[in-house]
Amino acid sequence: MRTEVAIIGAGVVGTTIARELSRYEVDVTVVAGEVDVAFGSPTKANSGIVHAGYDDEPGTARAKHCSRGNELWHKVAPEVGAPFKETGSLVVAFTEGEVEILWELRRRGEKNGVPGLEVVDDEALLRRIEPRLSDKVIAALRAPTAAVTSPYELAIAMMENAMKNGAKALFGAEVRGITVRDGGVGELQTSRGDVEVTYVINAGGLRADEISAMVGLDCFTIRPRRGEYYVLDKKQGEVTRHVVFPTPSQISKGIVVAPTVEGNVLMGPNAQDIDDKEDTATTATGLREAFEGAVKLFPMLADGKRFVIANFSGLRPEPNTKDFVIGSSDEVRGFVNAAGMRSPGLTAAPSVALEIVGLLRGLGLALRPRLDFNPFRKPMDRPMREMARCEAQALIQRNRRYGHVVCRCEHVTEGEILDAVQRGASTIDGIKFRTRAGMGRCQGGFCTPHVLRILASQLKIPVEEVTKKGGGSAVLTCRVKEMLRRGGLDG
Amino acid sequence: MAETVDVAVVGGGAAGLAAAISAKEVGANRVVLLDRNSELGGILPQCIHTGFGVHYFGENLTGPEYISRFISKAEELGIEFKLDTMVLRINSGRRLLASSSLEGLFELDARAVVLAMGCRERTRGAVEIPGTRPAGIFTAGTAQRLMDIEGYMPGRKVVVLGSGDVGLIMARRLSMEGADVVAVVEVMPHPGGLPRNVVQCLEDFGIPLLLRHAVTAIHGQERVSGVTVAEVGDGGIPVTGSEREVLCDTLVLSVGLIPENELSEGAGVALDPATGGPLVDERMHTSVEGVFACGNVVHVHDLVDHVTETGARAGQGATLFALNELPPPKRRIAVVPGSGIRYVVPQVISGDGPVTLFLRVKSPVRNANLTFGDFAVPLRVARPAEIVAVKLNEEKVETLAHRREIPVCLEASS
Repeated sequence: MRTEVAIIGAGVVGTTIARELSRYEVDVTVVAGEVDVAFGSPTKANSGIVHAGYDDEPGTARAKHCSRGNELWHKVAPEVGAPFKETGSLVVAFTEGEVEILWELRRRGEKNGVPGLEVVDDEALLRRIEPRLSDKVIAALRAPTAAVTSPYELAIAMMENAMKNGAKALFGAEVRGITVRDGGVGELQTSRGDVEVTYVINAGGLRADEISAMVGLDCFTIRPRRGEYYVLDKKQGEVTRHVVFPTPSQISKGIVVAPTVEGNVLMGPNAQDIDDKEDTATTATGLREAFEGAVKLFPMLADGKRFVIANFSGLRPEPNTKDFVIGSSDEVRGFVNAAGMRSPGLTAAPSVALEIVGLLRGLGLALRPRLDFNPFRKPMDRPMREMARCEAQALIQRNRRYGHVVCRCEHVTEGEILDAVQRGASTIDGIKFRTRAGMGRCQGGFCTPHVLRILASQLKIPVEEVTKKGGGSAVLTCRVKEMLRRGGLDG
Repeated sequence: MAETVDVAVVGGGAAGLAAAISAKEVGANRVVLLDRNSELGGILPQCIHTGFGVHYFGENLTGPEYISRFISKAEELGIEFKLDTMVLRINSGRRLLASSSLEGLFELDARAVVLAMGCRERTRGAVEIPGTRPAGIFTAGTAQRLMDIEGYMPGRKVVVLGSGDVGLIMARRLSMEGADVVAVVEVMPHPGGLPRNVVQCLEDFGIPLLLRHAVTAIHGQERVSGVTVAEVGDGGIPVTGSEREVLCDTLVLSVGLIPENELSEGAGVALDPATGGPLVDERMHTSVEGVFACGNVVHVHDLVDHVTETGARAGQGATLFALNELPPPKRRIAVVPGSGIRYVVPQVISGDGPVTLFLRVKSPVRNANLTFGDFAVPLRVARPAEIVAVKLNEEKVETLAHRREIPVCLEASS
């Protein structure tokens, strides 16, 4: 096949660039090894925090894109119907020394153009704005523009909107090589065949260094920095109103306690540099670190273990350059990096996307505005969770399947699951990320058999072929009795 | 306008069916049973092994056989079933909000409500097993449903974590269907399930039971490729150096059941932290007027026969309440777990008796006494996995009537 612009990577960065490019009459294809949007670790296991932008040194790409990205998400997330809640954030200080750092962060934030920053050192006021905070906290930097989103829903929404506006997807296509011809990019070799391209945007996340090296640009490396998290039941949703950080260290923003956009509580992540880009295993040590960090901020969480519904870990794509690697290359015409998108990568994405589009323009890509560009995406209908009763009733009358609750914990209906399949879900995780079926306190115990059946019938495949997340992740093995017929463990 | 019914029963498993049947038999006019599944019977249709009904019917039945008797009875009595119907909320005024494909969102006003939602399984997250998150990790009940209702094998080479009854039953079931069950791993020094299940499900099938062991990591990217199993010392801490990798493609978790009380909490029903279920008196009346509860939503039972019995009592209480005939409580004696006892249900005695107290001990005991303040009952043998039922006749209740609180304690017999 041929496409003018190939974006490698279907995480939040790749899909946001795709959506930005879809404003123009450009032939864009998002190419990803995974079978669905947001299946790679940096997006899937992102904390979903839209940072305000005071953390990063003024003058860095991170600083520039974070505060501008925050501002852009406020507009873009609602346009594409992605969940977004401006909770504000607090960086809390336990010592006078840490209070000094808060003031420094405030100065830094102001230079970065972050609005509304204030250091709250009136302890009574502090308790009023965040009542369950540790009583050892003496001051906090409050950033009103910080927000939370759902990282996978955000990427899914961006991709859907991009596709509505003409972008294409080539998923399950792992990029194995890039041909350089006459000093410019030629073809992508993928596990699904070759793709002839004029421009390549490398939003390859953890593998971005390998992809860059494919065209001979090995000027940076990516090392995974693992972070482990706890998700708590919505019953604990009242613990915190803000995203609450400790005072940051050299390597990370520290272990956070944050409300999720859906009303759960997130605790974590720790930060551990590892070597294996696929090692998303959680560890007893890492989880302990995340838990203890959270309890330090909110001592009431010491009793929180009985509300744990899931643990997970994610890998941040940490570049050796410390800063985002954004730019085109003089050596390989048409190759543009959007790499090293470590924290605050998600926040920065829409701002980075603008820069990438500018770079492509500079490289000679003709950008004629798409006259019928539609910035809006109709979000999924969620009758039991998001609609007023009369509205839900009307929806059910139009489509009875919206009256049938399949996921009892999150009140997800059959209608939503069918809609998710229509929108591109082909796996259990794809359904989960789009609908939340299986994300509640029973973790899919009750709804998985139903979702398996629905997926098989919609995709017209045998149930045994339905996977959790593509590849070799089939959920079921074979029909009962088949194993006996074939004499047990033959294969 | 919401319709009004005498008794609304939420949940159509063993408890709910018994409640609906007894409500009808005691004289309730309109009894409606709502269930989120498409079939009645709760978990029983998937429990195709025997062991049900020994106490209640004096027969050893399979789950489907046991429950079909109640389903037929309920149909005969003209109980209205609303299946594929999810009750979304119950308020303290006993108004239910529910949804189904057939009726959409609808409300129902009930003169009395019986909560019979049962329980759900604890998950991998709740027990915090570190490792990756591939396909091939199932709770035992889900694996059972996949095999015995849907007709699919969840895997070929299986490790079962937890030796509760469902785990033991599933170890056998998987083994019978040709899967290789490598081991059942149990963190406690004693099995979690009934002794007869340890014999019939593991020993008879040559499946090793590793007591004082834990799964300390799950491996595999797309599908489970193995687990790390380690010995645990005191306090459940893994013993360093005892870890070993066990190859498998499936991990089945049988790590406990949790009464499912989100609806109860929404209705303002007070819960007992020890059981995770509503505080009830012997009539199964909760802290909210006219709201009764029965079966595994109250506490996790070991035998379905007991579940049925509590259902019948809840149905009777609810009907009397609906007909305005429920006698007011005569007294309020709190029954509280003392030393060696994890919980006691009912938590309150409000009438003259007889009262059957269900309790669980904290650790296995032999030749002990159960004391109830003024008297003691000998307890020959008890295990945490088994519920101890103690019947207090009217005379015993009378001797306790002067108390506001009875501590139930376990004492070594002299």
